[in-house]
Amino acid sequence: MRTGIRHYAERSREIIRNDPAARESVIGATVAFDEKRRQAYAEIDADAWRRWAEAVKSHTLTHLGDYLVEAEERLEANGARVHWAADAADACRIVTRIAKDRSVAAAVKGKSMLTEEIGLNPALEAEGIGVFETDLGEYILQLLQEPPAHILGPAIHKSLAQVRETFAHILGTEPESDPDTLARVARRELRATFMHADMGITGGNFLVAETGTIALIENEGNIRLTTSLPRVHVALVGIEKLLPRMTDLAGFLQLTARAATGQPIGSFVSLIQGPARQPEDDGAEEVHVVLVDNGRTDVLAHPHAWEALRCLRCGACLNACPVYRQTGGHAYGHVYSGPIGSVLDPGLLGLHEAMPLPFASSLCGACFDACPVRIPIPELLLEWRREAQDRGLTPWKERAVLAGLAAAATRPGLYELAGRVGSRLGGTGIARALPMLGAWARDRAPPKPSRSTFRELWREGIE
Amino acid sequence: MNVALFVTCLADHYFADAAADAVRLLRHLGCTVSFPPAQTCCGQPAYNAGRNAEALRMARHTCEVLEGTDAVVVPSGSCAAMVRKFYPRLMDGTDSPTLPDRTFELAEFIVHRLGVTGLGDGLAGRRVAIHQGCHALRELRLVSEPATLLRGCGAEIVPWAAHDECCGFGGLFSVKMTAVSAAMADRKLETLPEVDWVVSGDGGCLLQLDGRSRAGGMGVEFMHLATALWRGAGDAGAAAGQRRSAGAR
Repeated sequence: MRTGIRHYAERSREIIRNDPAARESVIGATVAFDEKRRQAYAEIDADAWRRWAEAVKSHTLTHLGDYLVEAEERLEANGARVHWAADAADACRIVTRIAKDRSVAAAVKGKSMLTEEIGLNPALEAEGIGVFETDLGEYILQLLQEPPAHILGPAIHKSLAQVRETFAHILGTEPESDPDTLARVARRELRATFMHADMGITGGNFLVAETGTIALIENEGNIRLTTSLPRVHVALVGIEKLLPRMTDLAGFLQLTARAATGQPIGSFVSLIQGPARQPEDDGAEEVHVVLVDNGRTDVLAHPHAWEALRCLRCGACLNACPVYRQTGGHAYGHVYSGPIGSVLDPGLLGLHEAMPLPFASSLCGACFDACPVRIPIPELLLEWRREAQDRGLTPWKERAVLAGLAAAATRPGLYELAGRVGSRLGGTGIARALPMLGAWARDRAPPKPSRSTFRELWREGIE
Repeated sequence: MNVALFVTCLADHYFADAAADAVRLLRHLGCTVSFPPAQTCCGQPAYNAGRNAEALRMARHTCEVLEGTDAVVVPSGSCAAMVRKFYPRLMDGTDSPTLPDRTFELAEFIVHRLGVTGLGDGLAGRRVAIHQGCHALRELRLVSEPATLLRGCGAEIVPWAAHDECCGFGGLFSVKMTAVSAAMADRKLETLPEVDWVVSGDGGCLLQLDGRSRAGGMGVEFMHLATALWRGAGDAGAAAGQRRSAGAR
């Protein structure tokens, strides 16, 4: 697991200064995704859909124990094996054990943020098992040995030029290859990998308790192959991914696709309930479902943060976020970045570990408007900020300035004097030496104070 | 109608002329305007930093100072949202403030309380881009009001792809995450079409965008919504505007 979170301010500055191509790529892709999402919402009564989805997810989370037991019973009845993982190490151990017991040499993977969260690839590789990412974006990043920078589009920060260069260097393609050619080469490489893989590893967008159905949404067909070609399929599913009934899934498949990519539904939806049955030709001989906690029950117990567990991992909040757009996900230092990462990471990792992410937001609220399950991200950011203040996790200078503001604001005479001094100093060289104002002055031309304050104008009389 | 002006910290010190224009405009529309002098800060800087105890003290002070007024007009969507949307949350269980329900952002007040959309034709021939402040847009849901009023004054509203994107101010955010904050302003400015003025109802956003624009030598002219509307109101506003410097504030 990466723990670069505390360097957010410096890393974001570095990316903005040193990697303008990444910023351009991220802005271009997120603005386009966000526009598609807006259009897709406009085609339906998005507000009613979002309220419905919020209610279903909140209900499920408040009855999670019951639905988990129901899902386990159904999956076992369908012939799947269910495993419970308390934390990341547990989950990695379970998957590694399944692989080793079945002499698996190579595993193909569908894109899964949960496997990134628990560090599954290095765990399997350490046991000599080859792990091959098959989502095109993840495939590119595996070639580059980089972590994903976006929940949905992991290589969102890469330009066509960078992909060309990578393919030319590693796969020997022509330097000026067009995107179709590059995709064809990737497909050829991946098909060969699929043919000799013994195990397929995926996440799960949803797990339907009523039927024990894992639902997987994708656009490339690689998940369909990952779940049907190898003899063993392992699905790692966070315990918050439950849905009560199949009819709920029908709605969520559509809403997730609209939020994520602006599509009415994903190009491929795979519903997996267990191993292939006679006389089916396709499907794995064995299906294992690993239900992963890894901090989720702690989040569920939190009086506010539990709402973040409604998250569908659609990435809509990242696409809508003007903060995320400037850097992409790597600045955040953890697998879940952007608005949802800034409220989820403190719950999963502990607030101390996740500082200063709750402060990495201008509280503009675009994330809430985009969120298909109406997670009140700005409010949750404020809750984490309050907790950070209460626990003394913020800089003392900042606390002193705000305490001073409150003291002055309840004494109008002092307030007027302090305001005059502050706004006049702000326009001078002294500003750079002041706490907080100094940071402002380094990146901007100094603000110009009015010649007279409004108070003075009012006292003189406004004509 | 009797109206109290809640001027806000930034308007008091950086947009004093715009706040005075708000007073002129409200009087022009038949309001009697008062200015309770003990008013200070709404408390949003503390609230957004997670310092609720301090924010609560400032909220109580503001409620006390503006007690007994019919309607309170704020030349800032952000501070208006603080009072209207966040005071009830902040004061939940401790106070039952009446201030939130009678507090309005300037354009909101003119369109919805006074029922006015046509102020004059003082902006005829002006090409204007609107920066929609996040709190006005997404907390108060003021989507069309500024454009309605500016268009009503004869201005041409030039489409701006990033019109509803955050400028990166965010108060404390702009000093804690200053590189990202500055990059957000740059992204807005990079997409700005050719216009006479960029107009916004929020001083914070204007300071941020102007600060980056001047640092980059871009020469964009920014104007507070109150000033634009007073100029738009016609002869009286236009004359007053010409007497003062042609500058943005």
